[in-house]
Amino acid sequence: MLDIKELHAKVEDKEILKGLNLNIKAGEVHAIMGPNGSGKSTLANVLAGRNGYEVTKGSIEYDGKDLLELEPEERAWAGVFLAFQYPVEIPGVNNVYLLKAAVNAIRKNRGEQELDAVEFLALVKEKMKLVKMKEDLLNRAVNEGFSGGEKKRNEIFQMAVLEPKLAILDETDSGLDIDALKIVSEGVNSLRSPERSIILVTHYQRLLDYIKPDHVHVLSNGKIIKSGGPELALELEEKGYDWIVETEAA
Amino acid sequence: MSTNSEKMEDLVGKDYEHGFVTDIDSDTVAPGLNEEVITFISKKKEEPEWLLEWRLKAYRHWLTMEDPTWAHLDIEHIDYQAISYYSAPKKKEDGPQSLDEVDPKLLETYEKLGIPLQEQKFLAGVAVDAVFDSVSVATTFKGKLADAGVIFCSFSEAVKDHPELVKKYLGSVVPAADNFFAALNSAVFTDGSFVYIPKGVRCPMELSTYFRINASNTGQFERTLIVADEASHVSYLEGCTAPMRDENQLHAAVVELVALEDAEIKYSTVQNWYPGDENGVGGIYNFVTKRADCRGDNSKVSWTQVETGSAITWKYPSCILKGDNSVGEFYSVAVTNNYQQADTGTKMIHLGKNTRSTIISKGISAKKAQQSYRGLVKVSKSADNARNYTQCDSLLMGDQCGAHTFPYIEAKNSSAKVEHEATTSKIGDDQLFYCLQRGIKEEDAVNMIVNGFCKEVFKELPMEFAVEAQKLLGITLEGAVG
Ligand SMILES: Nc1ncnc2c1ncn2[C@@H]1O[C@H](COP(=O)(O)OP(=O)(O)OP(=O)(O)O)[C@@H](O)[C@H]1O
Ligand SMILES: [Mg+2]
Repeated sequence: MLDIKELHAKVEDKEILKGLNLNIKAGEVHAIMGPNGSGKSTLANVLAGRNGYEVTKGSIEYDGKDLLELEPEERAWAGVFLAFQYPVEIPGVNNVYLLKAAVNAIRKNRGEQELDAVEFLALVKEKMKLVKMKEDLLNRAVNEGFSGGEKKRNEIFQMAVLEPKLAILDETDSGLDIDALKIVSEGVNSLRSPERSIILVTHYQRLLDYIKPDHVHVLSNGKIIKSGGPELALELEEKGYDWIVETEAA
Repeated sequence: MSTNSEKMEDLVGKDYEHGFVTDIDSDTVAPGLNEEVITFISKKKEEPEWLLEWRLKAYRHWLTMEDPTWAHLDIEHIDYQAISYYSAPKKKEDGPQSLDEVDPKLLETYEKLGIPLQEQKFLAGVAVDAVFDSVSVATTFKGKLADAGVIFCSFSEAVKDHPELVKKYLGSVVPAADNFFAALNSAVFTDGSFVYIPKGVRCPMELSTYFRINASNTGQFERTLIVADEASHVSYLEGCTAPMRDENQLHAAVVELVALEDAEIKYSTVQNWYPGDENGVGGIYNFVTKRADCRGDNSKVSWTQVETGSAITWKYPSCILKGDNSVGEFYSVAVTNNYQQADTGTKMIHLGKNTRSTIISKGISAKKAQQSYRGLVKVSKSADNARNYTQCDSLLMGDQCGAHTFPYIEAKNSSAKVEHEATTSKIGDDQLFYCLQRGIKEEDAVNMIVNGFCKEVFKELPMEFAVEAQKLLGITLEGAVG
């Protein structure tokens, strides 16, 4: 489903990713943990095709395609979804309007029938329940004045509506209160399916209590330096990162 | 993928959709301006002696005035003697009595512009008074308006049929000697619209005028006068487009609004004149004097404008808040692209007690365009408890364009409350990326973000105009949308 090989990427002439390898199969959930500034969001942005993130070496194969050849919107059409660490505010643009534009842009480019207002509304209603999304957030401008947690929940709500094949959740758990974390996790779990792969970027093992990952990776200084099962996260929680980073250096 | 700003600049380039010239013989006077030409215009229009005198007085005053100098506008000298001051489409017999008699070519032109002059418009509740060059060629639905006692006609007709109203109000808001272009307009204006809403009447439909400049090298000088008598209400829409030209064409209109006690006037403009090509060649010079006089207590005037056209725009729709508790509003979206320049804003002059004004200005600049907001809020000694709120937001697309904000505040009454907020933002790469990541194409994303930025103004426009305005914004900024 996703095969990243020897990935090097730089931002503003600074090399951030330095030979990253990662292989994700359909249906798997991978957690990526790692110290601040290690390159987790950079990886997420490279996968989504953000401008200014330059891949200098390596390859990314997604769903049999060369992902790096695709424009950001083409990646979205192909099922790549990024839940942003810091969702941006877009004043004056209605949240649900943007979502409808997104749904129909994706459908259109896949050669599917666009949804009319009634069908779209039915879809929205269904998905709202899934993440207990408050209705008034739908009718406000995109993320404008949303609390930190509301922004994160909105990302997951969008994910639920867009039903991606590869979802990258960049610290979606940060800023969520305990109840919200539960609800959002349940939402994510309900979206787990044999066709859908999920990358969870997180700092907290707590999230992984709710969403059981198949694999856990530690990203440090632009490389995956350790991989393991869910138990790795528990170990990290206990010992921090120093021990691996030191072991590696030794 | 190229950088976002480069891509955005590609999208910004879209040929002017309304650039074509209708082939009609025009009855055009030789270029040049003198008392003879003015007399010719006045005679041609069979005007009374007092109006000719008024024009000549304005002309003589104009001769003593200097060309204005431009703070933030880069403008070539205009040769006023090279302009022809009168041009009328040829008519069969005495002129059209109904649409059937209107030159089909004209109608075709309007059709191409998407101006629904015919029945659809009536069904939509809009009466159209179309100005083609300098003479009104078609006026519809006068009957329904007449039943309500509303007078809505070309300025020339008003001079003939309602001379007492014209004489009473003409120049009472914008005096002939007000400024260089107002004086020029007063001397040579050829036509425009006249509206009178009698006491207590709510105008039964939105009034709409489409202006169009066609004959080559012809300056157009419209004169619009709207009088809302006590406790009356009217919403007036003005829309403009012009065919493609190489020479710069001068356009210097004067619009006067008078709101008496408890009256309300809503004046909405969508201005889409030819802006010149992507190299800055051609385009309309748009120097307009628009002013409203809130003469009566509790009167209200609201200006809403969407300015996407013209090579150079110089325009400050203003309100004189004379009556106690009177309200002035100004909502503006101005878009400049390529080499377009705009210097626009408003003046709110608070004279009466408890007068309130609101200014919301949204400026969007792309490519090499320059834009200035210039606003004056003046609170006189007599204006106790005057309030003003001003919000000025600029959005830049690319890094070669500019936005400048000049708020002037003169408060001579200590009870005045004047608030000003200003922001300048670049269309955010992060906003754009957010939309792209959700599968929305770049041009649709830009369109969405820009429309969101303008929302506060668009919601002030009458529904069908708002749709048109959004479309126009898309065309101006985005290239091949849809
Ligand atoms: N636009 C940029 N310009 C310069 N440096 C950048 C830019 N974006 C990221 N970086 C740098 O790249 C490094 C990796 O950043 P990244 O955001 O990927 O870290 P992260 O692992 O997501 O950290 P966190 O856990 O704090 O979210 C950091 O040192 C950061 O400062
Ligand atoms: Mg991060």
